[in-house]
Amino acid sequence: MINSTLKALSQQLAAKAISSEELAGLYLDRIEAANPLLNAFITVDRERSLQLARAADAVRARGEAGLLTGVPVAHKDIFCQQGWKTSCGSRMLDNFISPYDAHVIERCAQAGLVTLGRTNMDEFAMGSSTENSWYGPARNPWDRNAIPGGSSGGSAVAVAARLAPAATATDTGGSIRQPASHCGITGLKPTYGVVSRYGMVAFASSLDQGGVMAQTAEDCALMLNTIAGFDERDSTSVERTGEDYTRKLGDSLAGLRVGLPREYFADGLSADVARVVEAAVAELKKLGAEVVDISLPNTELSIPAYYVIAPAEASTNLSRYDGVRYGHRAAEYRDLVDMYERTRAEGFGREVKRRIMVGTYVLSHGYYDAYYLKAQKIRRLVSDDFKAAFESCDVILGPVAPTAAFDLGANADDPLQMYLSDIYTLSVNLAGLPGMSVPAGFAANGRPIGLQIIGNYFDEARMLNVAHRFQQATDWHRRVPAL
Amino acid sequence: MSLTHQDVARIAKLARINVSDDEIDAVGAQLNTIFDMIAKMQAIDTDGVEPMTHPQDSALRLREDIVTEPDRRDAFMAIAPQAEAGLFLVPKVIE
Amino acid sequence: MKWEVVIGLEVHVQLSTVSKIFSGASTAFGAEPNTQASAVELAYPGVLPVLNRAAVSRAIRLGLALGSNINRKNVFARKNYFYPDLPKGYQISQMDLPIVEGGHLTIQVGDEEKRIRVTRAHLEEDAGKSLHEDFHGMTGIDLNRAGTPLLEVVSEPDMRSGEEAVAYARTLHSLVTWLGICDGNMQEGSFRVDANVSVRPFGQAEFGTRCEIKNLNSFRFLEAAIQYEVQRQTELIEDGGRVVQETRLYDPDRGETRSMRSKEDAHDYRYFPDPDLLPVRISEAQIEAERIAMPELPSAMKGRFMSEYGLSAYDADLLTSSRELAAYFEEVARASGQGKLAANWVAGEIAARLNRAGLSIAACPLDAGRLAGLLARLVDNTISGKIAKDVFELMWESADSADAIIEAKGLRQITDSGAIESIVDEVIAANARSVEEFRAGKEKALNALVGQVMKASKGKANPAQALEILKKKLTA
Repeated sequence: MINSTLKALSQQLAAKAISSEELAGLYLDRIEAANPLLNAFITVDRERSLQLARAADAVRARGEAGLLTGVPVAHKDIFCQQGWKTSCGSRMLDNFISPYDAHVIERCAQAGLVTLGRTNMDEFAMGSSTENSWYGPARNPWDRNAIPGGSSGGSAVAVAARLAPAATATDTGGSIRQPASHCGITGLKPTYGVVSRYGMVAFASSLDQGGVMAQTAEDCALMLNTIAGFDERDSTSVERTGEDYTRKLGDSLAGLRVGLPREYFADGLSADVARVVEAAVAELKKLGAEVVDISLPNTELSIPAYYVIAPAEASTNLSRYDGVRYGHRAAEYRDLVDMYERTRAEGFGREVKRRIMVGTYVLSHGYYDAYYLKAQKIRRLVSDDFKAAFESCDVILGPVAPTAAFDLGANADDPLQMYLSDIYTLSVNLAGLPGMSVPAGFAANGRPIGLQIIGNYFDEARMLNVAHRFQQATDWHRRVPAL
Repeated sequence: MSLTHQDVARIAKLARINVSDDEIDAVGAQLNTIFDMIAKMQAIDTDGVEPMTHPQDSALRLREDIVTEPDRRDAFMAIAPQAEAGLFLVPKVIE
Repeated sequence: MKWEVVIGLEVHVQLSTVSKIFSGASTAFGAEPNTQASAVELAYPGVLPVLNRAAVSRAIRLGLALGSNINRKNVFARKNYFYPDLPKGYQISQMDLPIVEGGHLTIQVGDEEKRIRVTRAHLEEDAGKSLHEDFHGMTGIDLNRAGTPLLEVVSEPDMRSGEEAVAYARTLHSLVTWLGICDGNMQEGSFRVDANVSVRPFGQAEFGTRCEIKNLNSFRFLEAAIQYEVQRQTELIEDGGRVVQETRLYDPDRGETRSMRSKEDAHDYRYFPDPDLLPVRISEAQIEAERIAMPELPSAMKGRFMSEYGLSAYDADLLTSSRELAAYFEEVARASGQGKLAANWVAGEIAARLNRAGLSIAACPLDAGRLAGLLARLVDNTISGKIAKDVFELMWESADSADAIIEAKGLRQITDSGAIESIVDEVIAANARSVEEFRAGKEKALNALVGQVMKASKGKANPAQALEILKKKLTA
C-alpha cells in the first residue's frame, strides 16, 4: 500500500478497499517512525490530518468524491495554510499560524486531498540542500549522510521515503528538480504563471513557481491538474483555459526531437551523471526519439545573472519581516531601528542574510546598472538561447545537477560552491520555462540521479509524455530506499 | 572589486540587519567571493539587449473597484507581537 | 540683495476609489483602526498586489485634463525603505515610467494668467499612520490608510511666490474635484501638498538649494510655510550661512518649519520594477473612452460661457469655480433663456445668500428650475426687478414656485394702462410741486414722480409704462 502511486491509492479509495482515515493513519505512523531520522516534516498534526481524512470519507459516503478525494499529500512549508504553522523554514515565522490559505492549498482542499503535514525546506527556499532550515537539515533516505537537495528537500524526502505519495513544492532556481533528482523521485516545475503564487511565501517573485513531486510522471500530471489554473489574486497568473495534463501521457515518442545542449555535457559534469543521462537518452532513442545537437551558449552566465536577480527581489520581498505585525520580534532593543536590526539578525539564518545583503547592494545607488540591469540583459540572452533551441527540438534533455547528492555539511562554509552546482537548473527559471526531473539511475555510491526534461512554454503535457513513456520503459522510479 | 568594511556596514544598515563589528569582515569576505563570481557578467557585451524584467511579456490585468475584503482585525491582531486598542505597537517613532 | 523665490509642488491626490489600489479592502475614511487593513495591506507572507482599474482610469483623466502625455506603457516599481507605517518595507510607486508625463495647469493670479508646467503624475499607494499618543512609551500603527490610491502630481519649479503656489494648489484642487477623481477633503488628507522652496538672487540662472516642506494639508498652511521658509532661507544666506538640502515639517502652532530628524540617514530607495506587477498597458480605445466619459473641463466651459452667454471673464471664471455651480448656472440660463440675467442672479443673489448661510451650491434650497421660473416672470414683465427680489426671499424660505408666490401675494405687475393712468392722475394731482419743476425743465423731477407712482401701486406698476404715461400727460 505504502508504495502505491497516487493513482493506485485513488483507485483503492474508490473501491473502498481502504478508507481515507485508515490511509492517512498508515502514513502518519510511518512519518512518526521515520521523521526523527529524516527530518522531512516541520509540522505534523495527527488529529487535524485525521479529521480531514474523516471529512473526505464523509464526502465519499455521500457519493460526492472526486478522483483524488481522501488521498493524503504533504505540503511544503512555504504555502500558507490556515490554522497551520507556515514557517518557511525560518525562525522568523516559527510562531506564524497562517490566517489564510494559499491558492495551491485551496485547490488541494477542493480536490479533497488530505494534508499529512508541512515539509522541511531551506529557509525562505534559499538553498540547494535543506541545510539552511531553522529546523535542521532534512536527510536523504538513500543515504542519511547525504543532503536531500533543496530547497524542497522535505517534500522530496517525504515522497522518496514513502511518507507521502505526493507533495507540493516550489522551484525558484531548481528547488523542485534538484531534490527530486537527489532523492530519486519525479518532480515538475511548471511554466511561470501556471500555478498561482498567491499565498506562496515569496523568495524571488519573477522566478518562483509552485509545482509537484510524486513517484511517477502520471501522478505529477494528476497533481498538476489539481493545482494549476488561473487565479485573479496573482497578477502574474496566466489566463488560459484549463487543460488535462494527463492527455498526452501515452502518446508515442516516435519522431520526437530531443535537444541535447552541448554546454550541459561539458567540463564540470561528473562521470556518474554523464553516464546516467546518456543511458536515459539512449533509452528514449529506443522509444523513437531523435537526438538533436543544440547549444545554449549563455548557460554559464545564468549563475551570476540568477545570483543578482534572485537576491535583489528577495532582499525587498523579505523587508516585510520586521517584527511589527507578525512573526519574530527581538526580546530586547533600544529603539525602533535597533528593534528592526535585532529582529532581522535573529530571525534570519546566515544564507538568507547573505542574500539580502547581496540583493540590497546590487540595487543600491550607483550599482544598479552594473549589476541588476546587466543581469536582466543577460537574462534576456539566456531566454533567447532557449527560443532559438526550441526552433530545432521539442524538448531539451540534460542533467539536473553536476553530481549526485553531496555529503551533509560538505559545502556548509562555501556558499559559492553551492551556487555553482545550480548551473543546469537556473536558466529554466530565468526563462520561465517548465522543467522536470525523472529518476534515471544511480551514482556509484548508490545515490540517485535524475534526468532533466525541459519543455517549451506551456508544453507540460509533452514533457509529461516523455517522462511517462520513459517510466514505462524503465523502473528507476520504482526503486525505494531501505530505511 | 572588493567590499570594504564600511561598505558591508552600510549594506547591513540599509538592510536593517544587525551585524556586529567583529563579524563584518567575515561576512564581507564571503560576499566578496560571491561578487567575484558575479563580476563575470561584466565581460559580456550586452549593448542593445533589452533587459528582461519578467518571464511574461504581457500586460497587467486590472481588477474592478469593489470592496471584497472583510474586517479580520481580530484574527490578524491575535498573532501580532504587540498590539493594543486595535493598533500594532512599535518603539516610539520620532519625527 | 533682491531675492527670487522658486517653488515647485508635489501634490498627493487621494483617488476616490471605493477599494484600495492593490486589494479589495475599503478606503472609507474614519473606520476603527486596522479594520480596513487586509492581509495585503498588512504585508502577510504570500500576498500579492492586484491593480485597481478605477485608479488607472482616474489617473488618465487627470492626464487628459492637464494636456499630458499618457504613457501607453507604465511601470510600477518598489521604493524601498523601512518604516512601521510601510508594512512591506517598500512602497509600490512609479519611477521611470509614470502613467502621466508633461502637461500644464493655467493659474490666475490677480489679472494675470500663468502656465505652470507639470512634470509628471504617478500612481502609488498611501502609507498607514503612526499614532504618537503614548502607549506605554510606544507608537501605535493604524494601517487603514495603507494602500489608498494616490496620484502624486509633480510640478516644475515654475512658481515665483507663495501666492502663485497657493493659486496652483487651489486650481489643481478644484480640477481634481471637478473631474470627480478626488473628494478634495483636505482635513481628511485627501489632498496633501509638499513644497520645494529655494531662493536665489534675482537674475541668477541656477537654482538655489531647496528644502522640501512635507504634508501641508491646507492652503493657509501652504502659504504660511512658504513665507516662513523664504524668510528663513534669505536670512540664513544674508548672515553668511548656507541652505542645507533637507526635508522640513511645518508646525502650524509655531508658524515655523523645522528639520525632520528621523529622515536624516541618507536614503537609498533602491527602486526597481516590481516583479509582482507586469507593465500597465493603456490602449487608445481606453483613452478615448475616458475622454468621452470626462465632464467638460472648467477652462473650456469658461470660454463657452463667455461666447455662448456673453458673460464677462470675471463672471465666467466665478461660475466655473466648481462643477456644481457651473451646472446650476447653466440650468438656470437654459431654462430661462437668459444667460446674462442668470449669471447676475447666480453670481449675485444666490452666491451672497449661500455665503451668508454657509452653504454649498449642492445644498442650495432654491433649485435651478425655480430660479429660472422667477427670471421668466421678470423677463415677461409680470413682476419688476424690485418685486423679484422680494419673491426671491420668499422662495428661499419655501418650496413654492415664483408663480405661486406672485399669485398668492398679488404681486403681479400692473400693466393695464387704464389702471396706471388713474394712479398717475392721482400722483400728478398730489404732487403739484414736482410737476412744476418738471415743466420748468428739471428732468429729475420725473424720477420722483415715477417713484410716487411705484409707491402708490405698492411697487406693482410697470415702471417703464408709468414713465411713459407720466411723460405723455405732463407734456400734453
